[in-house]
Amino acid sequence: MFGYALRRVLTAIPIVLITITVCFFILRLAPGGPFDGERALPPDQLKNLRAYYHLDEPLIMQFFGYIGGVLRGDFGPSMVMKDFNVSRLIGIGLPFTLTLGFSAFIVGTIGGMIAGAVAAVNQNKWPDYLLVAIVLVGIIIPNFLMANLVQLFFGVYLKWLPVGGYQPGSLIHLVLPVFILALPHGGRVARLVRGSMIEVLGTNYVRTARSKGLGTRLILARHALKPALLPVVSYLGPGLSYLLTGSLVVEQVFSLPGIGKYFITAALNRDYGLVLGTTILYVFIILALNLLVDILYAWLDPKVRYR
Amino acid sequence: MAGITGKDAALTAYANALAAEAPKGRSLTQDALRRLFNNKAALVSIFVLIAIVLFALIGPYFLPWAYDKIDWAGIRKPPDWAKGHYFGTDQNGRDMLARTLQGTQMSLLVAAVATFVSVAIGILYGAIAGYFGGKVDAIMMRFVDIMYALPYILFVIILVVIFGRSPVLLFVGIGCLEWLTMARIVRGQTLSIKQREFIEAAKAGGAGPFTIIFRHIVPNLTGPVVIYATLTIPEIIITESFLSYLGLGVQEPQTSLGTLISFGAPVAESLPWMLFTPAAILVVTLLCLSYLGDGLRDALDPKDR
Repeated sequence: MFGYALRRVLTAIPIVLITITVCFFILRLAPGGPFDGERALPPDQLKNLRAYYHLDEPLIMQFFGYIGGVLRGDFGPSMVMKDFNVSRLIGIGLPFTLTLGFSAFIVGTIGGMIAGAVAAVNQNKWPDYLLVAIVLVGIIIPNFLMANLVQLFFGVYLKWLPVGGYQPGSLIHLVLPVFILALPHGGRVARLVRGSMIEVLGTNYVRTARSKGLGTRLILARHALKPALLPVVSYLGPGLSYLLTGSLVVEQVFSLPGIGKYFITAALNRDYGLVLGTTILYVFIILALNLLVDILYAWLDPKVRYR
Repeated sequence: MAGITGKDAALTAYANALAAEAPKGRSLTQDALRRLFNNKAALVSIFVLIAIVLFALIGPYFLPWAYDKIDWAGIRKPPDWAKGHYFGTDQNGRDMLARTLQGTQMSLLVAAVATFVSVAIGILYGAIAGYFGGKVDAIMMRFVDIMYALPYILFVIILVVIFGRSPVLLFVGIGCLEWLTMARIVRGQTLSIKQREFIEAAKAGGAGPFTIIFRHIVPNLTGPVVIYATLTIPEIIITESFLSYLGLGVQEPQTSLGTLISFGAPVAESLPWMLFTPAAILVVTLLCLSYLGDGLRDALDPKDR
């Protein structure tokens, strides 16, 4: 078990390094830069700026300088938001994105499991049809469109919830973003649980449990739920990365101060330092979460460890 | 004197009758099509999709306004049948129906090209990995696993920002990043197909590995490839519309469904038709593609039923 975990951690390290390398060189070799404004800068100012950000050194030196900085937790300066460095911006945005992501993860996973189980137990009756339809809508309608629609409906027409923005500590501002983020995740979970639950409910041991007189609730709790949830565990890894990239959309539409918002703003402004920093962070978080899920799965299912 | 006894005529009639009564053989494709057409949701989806495509392609020729034509007398106006603005106009006085049709065209075009690119890469990659097996396979599929873990939307955004906002890049960029699942599916199929006798026969006949891959393996992949391609199209449409929503996709005066939604969303309170027209088309298209994909899967892959 420990060996498996160690092996997985060791394979994740080169992936992070390769991503940093590829992103770094793509960004540096690209035409255009953060100092291309409406008006060209005077050459001597440009030269000073480039020297300040070490852009005049050979590329390879810049690269190793950057890697060294990242290892010390310093992602360099933001080239457009001049008063901040990237680490500070990440420090502001990351807690928010993680709060958003994990709230949506919990709401979506639990909601999806309940919905899937209810649909499976009532297979081909109206609750099943209703839930399957809701799940389909949740998965099919793109995040950004759904976000705009609920904004319009709950924020503008009904005025129940704020349209967007965030004040620290205000839960009501998080309701719509978490709901939007949780909807497709919950939908996929519900689909998986419904499918595997229907399969489990058709097995012999469930029939045995039924024939010895157990009630439906007890059968579900004791016998059917656990095996039906296994496929969900293996979905959680990809699900988490969907959630993180989904937070990109949600933060943008509701204008929330997370790293997704910073990433998009930075990409549009060609703020290379910030783009690189947030990308590395995203990759790191997603790999770490995938790793965690894989190890969890190996712990649950010993067959996986020896593959 | 063949016809004198009437024997020939009688025999011919008999033979014809036999032929008419004989059970007709059905090919696998016919079987699959029959199953597909028995699926009502899939059948309706096909008709709706055909209608949307035709409407998007031919519709603009029958409209009184072109998508980039400005009607100075009708800026920000709700639907007005008398003037020919059936779905209203936007802030610049352009006809929403014409713009929506143009946007649908663009979204479908991106979807088609990007799907083609992703299918081509996926088939090539998956078939090579599956056919050669061993170390090649291990390395190639490990790479796919790694790519899977990465948040590819970030890379699409970076690429589009850096290399300019041309539609061509959009097609290729999205296509190049959407091939992973296709590669996995194709590899799995190839692994089982390469054990079959006809591959052995081809090898015995002296065919090289690439001849075998392209002539003997790829044609046998049609089923899963068609299914998965159908399921890829909506994903690509969503990606494209999200990029356009961020302002990174299709540029003015050209438009796509995502661009239209992004322009419609901020003004949806006062000019709701600007959001709901493109949103409705997008949702209906995605819904139909999803039903069609599910229908195709049931039809072409009887194991699952």
